[in-house]
Amino acid sequence: MSGLALQNITKEFGTFTAVKNVSLTVPHGTFVCLLGPSGCGKTTLMRMIAGLDLPTGGAIKLDDADITRVPTHKRDLGMVFQSLALFPHLTVGENIAYSLRIRGVGKEDQKKRVDELLSMIHLSGYADRPVAKLSGGQRQRVAIARALAISPKLFLLDEPLSALDAKLREAMQVELRQLQQRLGITTIVVTHDQREAMTMADTVVVMNSGEIRQAAAPVEIYRRPADTFVADFIGMTNLIDFTADSTGRAHALGSPIEGLAVPGGLSRGVLSVRPEDVHLTAPGHGAMAGRVTFVRDLGGTIETFVEAGGKQIVAVSMPHARPDVTVGQDVGIKLSPDTCVVLKS
Amino acid sequence: MRREAPQKLSDYGPLLFPAGMLIVFFVIPFATMIAVSFFKRDPAGFYSTAFVFDNYARFLSLFFGKVLGFSLFLAIAVAICCILLAVPFTYLLSRASRRTQVVWLVGLLSVLSLSEVIIGFAWSTLFSRTAGITNLLVAIGLMSQPVALNPSLGAVLTAMVYQALPYTVLVLYPALVRLDPTLTEAARTLGASPIKSFFTVVVPALRNTIMATLIMVFIFALGSYLLPQILGRPQHWTLSVLITDQAIYQSNMPFAAAMAVFLVLVTLALVGLTLLAGRKGEAA
Amino acid sequence: MNVFLKRLYLGLVGLFLLLPLIVVAGVSVNEKQTLAFPPQGFSLSWYGEIFANPEWRSALLASVTLAAVSAALALAIALPLSWFLWRRHAPWANVFQLLGIAPFTLPPVITALGLLTFWATTGFYGQPWTAAISHAIFFVTLPLVTLSLGFSSIDRSLVEAAATMGADDRTIFRTVVLPLILPYLVSGYAFAFVLSLNEYIVAYMTVGFTMETLPIKIFNALRYGYTPTMASVTILFVAIAALIFGLVARFGDLPKLLGAMSNNEK
Repeated sequence: MSGLALQNITKEFGTFTAVKNVSLTVPHGTFVCLLGPSGCGKTTLMRMIAGLDLPTGGAIKLDDADITRVPTHKRDLGMVFQSLALFPHLTVGENIAYSLRIRGVGKEDQKKRVDELLSMIHLSGYADRPVAKLSGGQRQRVAIARALAISPKLFLLDEPLSALDAKLREAMQVELRQLQQRLGITTIVVTHDQREAMTMADTVVVMNSGEIRQAAAPVEIYRRPADTFVADFIGMTNLIDFTADSTGRAHALGSPIEGLAVPGGLSRGVLSVRPEDVHLTAPGHGAMAGRVTFVRDLGGTIETFVEAGGKQIVAVSMPHARPDVTVGQDVGIKLSPDTCVVLKS
Repeated sequence: MRREAPQKLSDYGPLLFPAGMLIVFFVIPFATMIAVSFFKRDPAGFYSTAFVFDNYARFLSLFFGKVLGFSLFLAIAVAICCILLAVPFTYLLSRASRRTQVVWLVGLLSVLSLSEVIIGFAWSTLFSRTAGITNLLVAIGLMSQPVALNPSLGAVLTAMVYQALPYTVLVLYPALVRLDPTLTEAARTLGASPIKSFFTVVVPALRNTIMATLIMVFIFALGSYLLPQILGRPQHWTLSVLITDQAIYQSNMPFAAAMAVFLVLVTLALVGLTLLAGRKGEAA
Repeated sequence: MNVFLKRLYLGLVGLFLLLPLIVVAGVSVNEKQTLAFPPQGFSLSWYGEIFANPEWRSALLASVTLAAVSAALALAIALPLSWFLWRRHAPWANVFQLLGIAPFTLPPVITALGLLTFWATTGFYGQPWTAAISHAIFFVTLPLVTLSLGFSSIDRSLVEAAATMGADDRTIFRTVVLPLILPYLVSGYAFAFVLSLNEYIVAYMTVGFTMETLPIKIFNALRYGYTPTMASVTILFVAIAALIFGLVARFGDLPKLLGAMSNNEK
């Protein structure tokens, strides 16, 4: 199979296990985001793919060749570091040409390739500038161009956009995704920003405590989270405890939820309901009873906080469907069964 | 780059030459010196092998006790003078513009690197009757005729402060440059005058640094060897002078070694004290 | 008022540091062989004397050679050591860092006497090359300090980046580490060179009877009388030191080298 395969990768630092038995396949040409809170092992996993750390167990294969023990400099990678790691003693052009120079590419060919890459990142004519004179966004682009200079088999980016301000970061996310699709290069990005992951990735890999919790397409991750951690980590959600009676009917917040089928044998669990799937109605009529505690109007969306059964539930609505409620008012909550994800607690 | 422990024997390669040089030419000489301090003097050569405490016993005489006492007194006096001069100076320097700082630093380094011989010669000229500072005082009518100001304790002290002052400033410099300037600004907004804020905020904040510097300058001054000879009388000679005198002119290397070992012990005790003070400061 | 007091204080310290040098500079241009200030007449002949008089010339040559060789040797000891300490995780190797800093921290007479007993014991006492090794050990502290500072300022991800781009350890050292450490290498050499040029007691104890460096020559001259050449040599040395440190400041970051954080870190 062409692409990258991680087989039962484990990494221990002394008594601490940073990555636990991780397996993952990344088909050729796909864009994968490793997403998780800090300390979840995503950076360690990427460093092992790059050969900067060696796994204590498992194997890494690239296009069916075992590269687990191949030193970094023989892996033909392109990597963008969190700090960007642009060489301060070299110019923009020299930075981009570095991997070509190491491989003994002729001066003329180096220059041609550098010009090509500079035009790709919209920085034509910047070859002779010192990197210190560039803006944050420009440095970012140079780091990307430098990593792509040899057309690597694998393009790795470790929190590449974290140093940029919010606006620029969003623009770069789009640009990076378009670039990857144009080049068709296998790409892995480490990030803690779920918006970034959702924007760019074909597959989002959610990690926590050194393990993969779910690996799936962004919408799938959002709509069908595999467990409460993923549900809670990706976007906003309401996690509501439920119990099921012998007929498989679910009860939550003191009311039954009509039409929700609970898998057999599960007597209690958690429902994940996205705030936009929580509908507020008039109290009664079989709806769960709640009381409004706070309303936050963000202009584009309106968030209504409702206390129900000792739990805080958030409902999000668009301005055209603004709920007519005030703080302290009693309301009813309606959940439609097809938007409730049943999870083990 | 993760720093890894050396894996292969060849990873130790870079250490080979430096470690070898430092062991052969510092550790072994040092050990030799300690060994020699227990040897007997041999008038025909350098020394003859033995194991005696005579050299240490001899050191415990009134004469050498006086010399040690004077050396310590002189070094402490120099250290205190230097701290008094250098703390305000370095503070002002650290608040000056970068350009000004660089100019001063170049000057300080130049003076610091001056040979003790040169400093001794320069001050002996300045204190001399024919070319000294008293000529200036005569010229403006404050004195009737020029006089020689050396040899004297004052001359030795002045020149040693001159020698140690740049060192003191450079030791203090990093701590003072890194001192948060908002500290004094805060004191100013609370109503302290600049001088008051210096003594109530800067000095207390740097108490440990100042203590450590004092000890470092003390050790530095303890090493002064030529200035007491050039500018002082024999009673102003320090332990460093006596060690050299014994080693070179009296050809009594074992006795010189014993004194040197003693000097090391004093120095190490003081370094230990510095570290202890530093650790206490960190814990506080 | 306040600014005036500050300037006055800085000025007085400056005067204290400069005064001896001003007087010596004055003495050095006396026309006749007299120790007089203000100078009587004006002549630069005492500067010419440094190079014309064979004794002074050979002392100058000996000092410069000693300083050049010993500073290079000090660098050869300090560079691999500080590189190793930066590159590898080996806490026990810090012992060597400590050993490198000790000779300069202890009173110089101790290092000098240690080396004297060592050279006397091994039978090499008085050989000119022993002075070069002695100075290299005595001053290895200086490049060691500047280089550790230099290495600690290199972002380790630069090394990793170079590895991902295909550079092996040796290539990384040559193309990334060395260019970045170069300013610290140069300043370490400069510090060791200038201090070796001025050093008296270690040189005196190890080769004092066989070789005359300039500081030894000045001291010997001082004991047997006075010659204005001493003054002109002094001024020459101050000028060399100021020139070298000025160059270090011009091409490097002197405040940072002396322990201040660089501006963009502030």
